[in-house]
Amino acid sequence: MNDTLLGTSTPYLSIVVTFALTGVLVTLMVFMGQLLGPQRPNAAKSQAFECGNPSSGSAWGRFSVKFYLTAILFIVFDVEVVFLYPWAVVFRRLGWVGFAEMMTFVAVLGLALLYVWRKGALEWD
Amino acid sequence: MLIDVGIAAIKSLIVIGLALNLAGILGWIERKGSALIQDRIGANRASIFGFAGAGLVNTLMADPIKFLTKEDVIPAGVDRLLHTLAPCVNLFPVMVAFAAIPFGDVLTVGGRVIELQAVNINVGILYILAMMSLGVYGVVLGGWASNNRFSLLGGIRGSAQMISYEIGMGLSLVAMVMTYGTLDLQAMARAQGQLIGGWLPAWGILYQPVAFLIFLCAGIAESKRAPFDLPEGESELVCGYFTEYSGIKYLMFFMTDFVEVAVVAGLIATLFFGGWQVPYLGRDGFHFPWGVMLLLPPLAVVALQFVSFLLKLVVFCWLQILIRWSMPRYRYDQVMRLGWKGLLPLALINVLVTAVVVLAWQG
Repeated sequence: MNDTLLGTSTPYLSIVVTFALTGVLVTLMVFMGQLLGPQRPNAAKSQAFECGNPSSGSAWGRFSVKFYLTAILFIVFDVEVVFLYPWAVVFRRLGWVGFAEMMTFVAVLGLALLYVWRKGALEWD
Repeated sequence: MLIDVGIAAIKSLIVIGLALNLAGILGWIERKGSALIQDRIGANRASIFGFAGAGLVNTLMADPIKFLTKEDVIPAGVDRLLHTLAPCVNLFPVMVAFAAIPFGDVLTVGGRVIELQAVNINVGILYILAMMSLGVYGVVLGGWASNNRFSLLGGIRGSAQMISYEIGMGLSLVAMVMTYGTLDLQAMARAQGQLIGGWLPAWGILYQPVAFLIFLCAGIAESKRAPFDLPEGESELVCGYFTEYSGIKYLMFFMTDFVEVAVVAGLIATLFFGGWQVPYLGRDGFHFPWGVMLLLPPLAVVALQFVSFLLKLVVFCWLQILIRWSMPRYRYDQVMRLGWKGLLPLALINVLVTAVVVLAWQG
């Protein structure tokens, strides 16, 4: 009786404990590094490393738009996968009707994939 | 309540210790294994009295101490907060993801049934996927905060690659969820204890060989190792997103790499190769299909299961090391093409075929 409230059948207890212990470990590692390591900064050391050449300035600028496009496409298809999960658990009980409904959804996204593919958004050059 | 917290803490500590030691051991095996593959000696300073096997102990102890006592160089132009945060955000999710992999069946101590899984939730697959996705932040933050061109390139390459392969990985896992009808990793491992035709262990790879190949491929790409090591790409980007890191923070990125290998190996073992299952071993002992029974005490059964899990884990870690050292690096357009035009459609078709076959089977 007590178990259902606080005990082993509360799955979140194990998550909290694991998160806490891992968090302590990670924090400890960073602080130990600060504590045990020497701190002797100099001008050459604190330059950005560019294979020995003098640094060519800040890296915080623009970069290829292809990466943004990949991120946007990812969101579309990842949400599709998220919708597939609940169906995958219960699809035996939903039978062919559930299958047909899910296939309608997948077909729409399949068309989207085909469109993106034909448009050349998946080509890297 | 206190006992439950204690049990949860002990299980977490076991798994965290396992992950940390595995990372150290893999670091040594990687050096020795690559030397073996490339026909050289490799890591010869790590031996004790000329015996290379003792180098393992040396590596486990010496490496962390050496890294801890090195200067943590923070270059002038970086975002200091994000620079420190990035290795933590990188290491934390993979460690807690590893904790969700079951390493044994149940252990009964004083009437209390303990599931041998540090994070025993019934949606283990979703939890691991969520945590693995968080790993992207460590890569992006590390690359961005460093204010270094190589780091930035490595960071954005890594993020684009990881999110591209996450879709294929997620879809291959959907097929596994359909096969077992559950999101619970422990239930999946248990389902693989059944026998097909009375003698063949019902391991996942027999039902889903295509999902296995997709998952292996996407898993290696997720952990950013060769042939998908473009975010790090030593010969072009120095060290990729952790170029500007030194000391313990560098070690944390390095450890993340190996714990990711362990997570992928553990998931492959759990989903496709029976997890902690030993063929024909039930909770009370062996039941061989030829009619012989061999009863064992519960503790021996649990020990056998744990050894079985470790063995499978090491085999699939070694498989990834073998792949890393025998394959050349892909070009970036090849990586993206494989992810979007290869794995994504293949995994979708695999899901459809699985659905049709299972539904036709049950009528």
